[in-house]
Amino acid sequence: MSVHDEGPLLKVMGVTKYFGSRVGCRDVSFDLWPGEVLGIVGESGSGKTTLLSSLSGYLEPSTGTVKYWMGQEGLVDVGRLSDPQRRYLMRTEWGMVRQNPREGLRMRVSAGANVGERLMALGARHYGKIRSEVFKWLDRVEIDLGRVDDSPETFSGGMLQRLQIARNLVTKPRLVLMDEPTGGLDVSVQARLLDLMRSLVSELGLSLIIVTHDLAVVRLLAHRLLVMRNGEVVESGLTDQVLDDPHHAYTQLLVSSVIQP
Amino acid sequence: MRKQLVLQPRIKETGLQLIKGYNFAYLDEGTKRMIRRAILKAVAVPGHQVPFGSREMPLPLGWGTGGIQITASLIGPDDILKVIDQGSDDTTNAVSIRRFFTQTTGVRSTEKTWMATLIQTRHRIPETPLRAGQIIIFQVPIPEPLRFLEPRETETRKMHGLSEYGVMYIKLYEDISIHGHIATAYMYPVMVHNRYVASPSPIPRFDNTKMNRMPALQLFGAGREKRIYAIPPYTTVKSLDFEDHPFEIEKWDHCCALCGSGESYLDEIVTDDQGGRLFVCSDTDYCQERRAVGHKGSLPDAVKMAITRVKRGD
Ligand SMILES: [Zn+2]
Repeated sequence: MSVHDEGPLLKVMGVTKYFGSRVGCRDVSFDLWPGEVLGIVGESGSGKTTLLSSLSGYLEPSTGTVKYWMGQEGLVDVGRLSDPQRRYLMRTEWGMVRQNPREGLRMRVSAGANVGERLMALGARHYGKIRSEVFKWLDRVEIDLGRVDDSPETFSGGMLQRLQIARNLVTKPRLVLMDEPTGGLDVSVQARLLDLMRSLVSELGLSLIIVTHDLAVVRLLAHRLLVMRNGEVVESGLTDQVLDDPHHAYTQLLVSSVIQP
Repeated sequence: MRKQLVLQPRIKETGLQLIKGYNFAYLDEGTKRMIRRAILKAVAVPGHQVPFGSREMPLPLGWGTGGIQITASLIGPDDILKVIDQGSDDTTNAVSIRRFFTQTTGVRSTEKTWMATLIQTRHRIPETPLRAGQIIIFQVPIPEPLRFLEPRETETRKMHGLSEYGVMYIKLYEDISIHGHIATAYMYPVMVHNRYVASPSPIPRFDNTKMNRMPALQLFGAGREKRIYAIPPYTTVKSLDFEDHPFEIEKWDHCCALCGSGESYLDEIVTDDQGGRLFVCSDTDYCQERRAVGHKGSLPDAVKMAITRVKRGD
């Protein structure tokens, strides 16, 4: 992980995604700085997941560019990377945590193999070292080390999500994208996951983009917020400002309908 | 491997006659040319799977129609064919395939590894080292070593293209985690020419070391999956492993009870229901050649003859 202080890690400029004539997201721009956590909030259908997919290269934006800081090469247009370069980036410097951990994990191999895979993909060929990294990360995400060789099929929802996080963080990515990471979990399980995420973010200096409909999540984690509605950003700013003093009528509605944690 | 001994009548090969009405080696010349072109491509890119237009063969799928089509496209009147199944020349499968070719080509067949020009095999590489000029043709059920973790063909092709082989180590990692050592015994994946990961077909990992820098040409045919791949002579073939768990072949505490060899792959034969068992060479030709020049195992001769007959299915 190299620190750079020359500018943003990610520069998103005018990203627009159409599905036919329907707008997925329109004209979204923001900078993400190293170590910054950006929350993207909105109801379902607001375009936040489309935006996340466009950032990760999973969807190709109709217009607009996403630039990522690649050290020596400076800010590089992610859309113009070759397929091998993009795939390499996705398994080294980027992480992706999905709402449904089953989509982000290999459910047919052991928990330990799930965590070790990215290391092996990057060329780790010493079993003992891989194994000890696996233990370190299972411990870090509070999974009982006795479960290391168990199938994820035997894990609870909260454990699966923590396993998915360990699988992504084991290679120390610089940028992690999360799509509703607490979705579908019980409130007490959510709270534990949020605590864990908060300590990991500060410990690792991660840059994080977290998409959620849950304002409690972003209040706890995000430095800055984008509020999306109908595919557009209607308000943005520091998290506390946006949540405590919302300017846009839609944000006011969102905030008022939320039970404070 | 543990063999279940089933006594079955041995197929007699006497009175073989050329079957009329078919082209030499059954396939038409156009099809053979198409397969040979795929083979040439495969030889040019060692370990890379080349698609080919697999044809119907008059043998059931699962009998090695991929290997049979390769043999059919290469065999000529001067060739001498050897067919091995489970290390033996005399199983039903081996006899049927050999008979198919002798009847459709009239070429000579042999059980002697050194004498053969073409060797079609399932499950084994002969113990007798192969030499330059020979071709060994493997029957392959599942040619894609990445398949067990990645079902999508478009994705596996990309992974090969970009040498994304990290997932291949997942199985080895799990082996060590669960068994304390790499327990994969068959189809142990190999890296060919430092570039493509390939399946060696369902041979025991004991045979993997024979693939490395082998003077003979190694060809692999998968009929159902319509793939051919190749390892040209003297190509580097490395079995995947970890630095702290290097690749190892099987070892036995026994020598062959028939010929006394301590260097061959042994089959375990259960001799009675009181736990009696014997270890004998899986490669019957190798074992017989050794005995012919006077090597002896631990068994009395009368017992040896009986076992040989049982193994051959007489
Ligand atoms: Zn022997």
